[in-house]
Amino acid sequence: MVNHAFIYDALRTPRSRGKRDGALHEVRPVELGAGLLRELQRRHDLDTARVDDVLMGCVSAINEQGSDVAKMIVQQAQWSETVPGVQLDRFCGSALEAVNIAAQKIASGWDDLIVAGGVESMSRVPMGSGGGALAQDPELAFRSGYVPQGIAADLIATLEGWSREQVDAFALQSQRRAARARDSGWFDRSVVPVRDGNGLLILERDDFIKPDTSAADLATLKPAFQALGDLGFDAVALRKYTSLDRIEHVHTAGNASGIVDGASAVLLGSERAGRELGLTPRARVVCAAVLATDPVLMLAGPGPAAKKCLARAGLSAADIDLWEINEAFAAVAMRYMKDLDIDPASTNVNGGAIALGHPLGATGAMLIGIALDELERRGLRRAMISLCIAGGMGISTIIERV
Amino acid sequence: MSGFRYEKDSDGIVLVTMDLAGAVNTMGPEYRTAMAQTVARLEAENDLTGVVFASAKNSFFAGGDLQEILAVEAGAEAPLFERVESIKADLRRLERLPVPVVAAINGAALGGGYEICLACQYRVAWRDRRVQLGLPEVTLGLLPGGGGVVRLVTLLGLEQALPILLEGKSFGAEAALAAGLVDELVDDQTQLIAAAKRWLLAHRGDADAASQSWDRKGFRIPGGDFSNPAVAQLVAVAPARLIAQTRGLLPAPERILACAVEALRVDFDTALRAESRAFISLLTTPQAKNLITGFFQRNDVNSGASRPAGIETRPVKKVGVLGAGMMGQGIAYVAAKAGVEVVLKDISREAAERGKAYAQKQLDKDVARGRIDGASRDATLARITATADAELLAGCDLIIEAVFEDLALKRDLTQACEKYLDADGVWASNTSSLPIGMLAAASARPDHFIGMHFFSPVDRMPLVEIICGESTSEQTLARAYDFARQLRKTPIVVNDALGFFTSRTFGTYLDEGVRLLHEGQHPLRIEAAGRAVGMPVGPLALSDEVSQQLNRKIHDTWRELGVLDSFGEQVVWREVLATMIDEHGRGGRHHGGGFYQYEADGGKVIWPGLYELYYRPERAVPDADLRDRLLFRPVLESLKCLQDKVLRCVADGNVGSLLGIGAPAWTGGYLQFVNTYGVARFNARCGELAARYGERFEAPPIALEKAERGELFV
Repeated sequence: MVNHAFIYDALRTPRSRGKRDGALHEVRPVELGAGLLRELQRRHDLDTARVDDVLMGCVSAINEQGSDVAKMIVQQAQWSETVPGVQLDRFCGSALEAVNIAAQKIASGWDDLIVAGGVESMSRVPMGSGGGALAQDPELAFRSGYVPQGIAADLIATLEGWSREQVDAFALQSQRRAARARDSGWFDRSVVPVRDGNGLLILERDDFIKPDTSAADLATLKPAFQALGDLGFDAVALRKYTSLDRIEHVHTAGNASGIVDGASAVLLGSERAGRELGLTPRARVVCAAVLATDPVLMLAGPGPAAKKCLARAGLSAADIDLWEINEAFAAVAMRYMKDLDIDPASTNVNGGAIALGHPLGATGAMLIGIALDELERRGLRRAMISLCIAGGMGISTIIERV
Repeated sequence: MSGFRYEKDSDGIVLVTMDLAGAVNTMGPEYRTAMAQTVARLEAENDLTGVVFASAKNSFFAGGDLQEILAVEAGAEAPLFERVESIKADLRRLERLPVPVVAAINGAALGGGYEICLACQYRVAWRDRRVQLGLPEVTLGLLPGGGGVVRLVTLLGLEQALPILLEGKSFGAEAALAAGLVDELVDDQTQLIAAAKRWLLAHRGDADAASQSWDRKGFRIPGGDFSNPAVAQLVAVAPARLIAQTRGLLPAPERILACAVEALRVDFDTALRAESRAFISLLTTPQAKNLITGFFQRNDVNSGASRPAGIETRPVKKVGVLGAGMMGQGIAYVAAKAGVEVVLKDISREAAERGKAYAQKQLDKDVARGRIDGASRDATLARITATADAELLAGCDLIIEAVFEDLALKRDLTQACEKYLDADGVWASNTSSLPIGMLAAASARPDHFIGMHFFSPVDRMPLVEIICGESTSEQTLARAYDFARQLRKTPIVVNDALGFFTSRTFGTYLDEGVRLLHEGQHPLRIEAAGRAVGMPVGPLALSDEVSQQLNRKIHDTWRELGVLDSFGEQVVWREVLATMIDEHGRGGRHHGGGFYQYEADGGKVIWPGLYELYYRPERAVPDADLRDRLLFRPVLESLKCLQDKVLRCVADGNVGSLLGIGAPAWTGGYLQFVNTYGVARFNARCGELAARYGERFEAPPIALEKAERGELFV
């Protein structure tokens, strides 16, 4: 690599239920993102005119999140008018994609300082409101065999033989770990409280976590995708996975990622930019990879993506100290651990999206911050961050403390 | 239950009669407790058919407590937010009772009062002049924070609600019915409660009538939301339209627009919370403090703060107006409209008739617009006698001289016509700048002599500047003050000095504009800076309106009187006047053009010669300096007027500058501006400007003393 891409900071908003009764529903997406930019500016006394670009993931880039929301966030934050912005969409991998592109731009030597992250107010711009051919183009569906993500997650669990109890157990562990991390203050460095224009607190910490959930509670929840499967999506999946006679619908609202509002922002830059601006690098982006696998199984991309990333970096799984796999569904994380043969004790050590929620276009960069804070807390070196993505894609990034 | 009377009748209808301590009902602590208790009691009722909210006062409900709001300081946002949210929570509980609630509106329901009405399912009002409805918060730099923005938008739709919220105008009963602000009118006040109860009985058990439309399933905002392209278009244009009007100087309409749009995007309760946050954010803005202070001071001025106490009020019955030019004809017209008999005298009957024709023209317009009928027009006109005959002035209890600014002419007139006044009649000169003492010297009774400076156009400008000469008696002042009030004008009272308060202060804005021009600033940037601080037009355009000719004449007169440059040298101004008039024949808008040239289509462009004569790009100064120079000059002059005792009180200075010489509303007047800018900060900025641009920007001793004592101009 020509230049190192350093991570100087990684901020995120707390996450809250992405419905009208969620704490962040009243916050406009541009303000959700702008709050983080202002905090980056404040913490680092940042001369914003030095920022070459702002890359923001956003999946439902329509209505309030439409028309290049990244540039609008830059303007809402009243950053220097010289700072551009671009919104990008790689579904659930959008914010990690933003971080990876930022790292590539810096590594290439073409740019010096970039903010990468994402924003998703799922309460104000609901999932799916952007439409798209993924789910709304019959010709394509005939060709690609589209099934909803939940069916794909259930398909993975069925193929692996994971029972409802097993996926629920994983979910319960996510809740316990997330609650412990939040309550121990391990998230506090990077979670920026959201305030109104008067400075009054709207939300200080993640409030989607359900720390009191029990296995018995989880067991009472209805399978979320049975009805969709019965409508015909099971048949579509089984046409490809002929060794199965049926799909076990084990995923519920309790063991899938939560619908939440949130935003993230990672400050990446070259060594020179850091030196000139008096910033202290916390880590560097070692390597990134993205690929695609079977679009019907859809969510099994992260393992292969992580392997590709390791190979490119000349590392092995043993070189990674902590693993972050986005908990889109319990089976996704379980499949990832199996594919890579890694220890659950070093994977999602502070819980994941099942407990904390998954603001689609913002999650990837949130995981960067969570992994980095935990590496520092434990005095460890490397972390791998991965997410599953619609279309069978997977994305991974290795970061290393410096 | 203190403050609210609670009576349940045999039909199961509860009548809540609001009777809070004081002359009017306001949203103070007593209200908050009373409403919370009332709602709790209503929720606990059995066999409830409906609820009627009524008032025991002459008005329905007056709204928020402005003194309480004015006292809010930064740092108190958190408890205030809780308080506002709790007021709104009670109104929310009220509108979600299982039965309908009706507002029986017997009088003014403005601001918070109308917000209570909006939380009712049905609004019945008395068809009477006393009924005034609306949300005037924007005029005080605030927004309707009791649910008014969200409920009005949800009730009427964005397009209908926005003008009501952004203009803050109040509606009489009929207009309110037409606009959808009330649902029913009754002719007789005694029918009000009965009509409310009748509606409740007719809707007993009707679930839809018991709920607000916005709480019903499937509700859509009238006119739709962003899915309607017309609404999306409106939202795209509205901020630009607003900026074009306010120049970004007023945060309240901006917050109102944002809240109104938010009501289309999020659910009702979330929108209400956003409205509370925006309301809180406005409370501590300088603009709100200034607008509220201006409101109070205008009320003080109108209610006689500057009028000598203990002198009986006696309406003027017959007024003589000398000179039927623009000022004289305007004064004659407004006096006749106020029911006063007018003798309008000029040197010829024809000239006097031309003056009277102005009244005819204005009254004809009123008839055409349906404001008055023909008989009323004729009666008003009949009160004006146009004449050249001084004898007809006999028996006048007031004579207002409104001839050219010519000392000798004015003196001659006084000597010739004073004798026609009643024994204790008052002689007033409508001079805009000549010292009253000099004019009164010609009078046999200088104690009866006073200045009454009207502004043009007289029928539209609300201010009268009353000038007391050294000999003017308290009795005379009281008579002049009362006459101004008789004309429904706002009178300020100042002491005698060249240019008094308004002309002297007004002149500094023009003077600074000309100085900026002369030193080489870009003419358009000068004008833009004037508009940017909120002046109606730039100083060069205003100079053209007043006309270079007239300004030259004023300077000439001052020279003759030996008072030239008595409040600061204006050599540059005279030099530019000479260049413009003598060398280029540009004497003003109505003298073939001035700093601008005027196109046939009504447009105007900077006269190109200005660039050649004055523009020096290398001398450009920052926009902030241009703006502050144009704003600080009249502010400094106002401070000097206060210091020199030309102004007798701060309120007169603020009200006079706002109503007479176009001080931007957001300043609260030129003296109040210093308070919210910060007196010490103001003095420091004056120091910077003085160092860069000259000693005319030095802060006067009165400002330094205030800063030292940590006091404000009140």
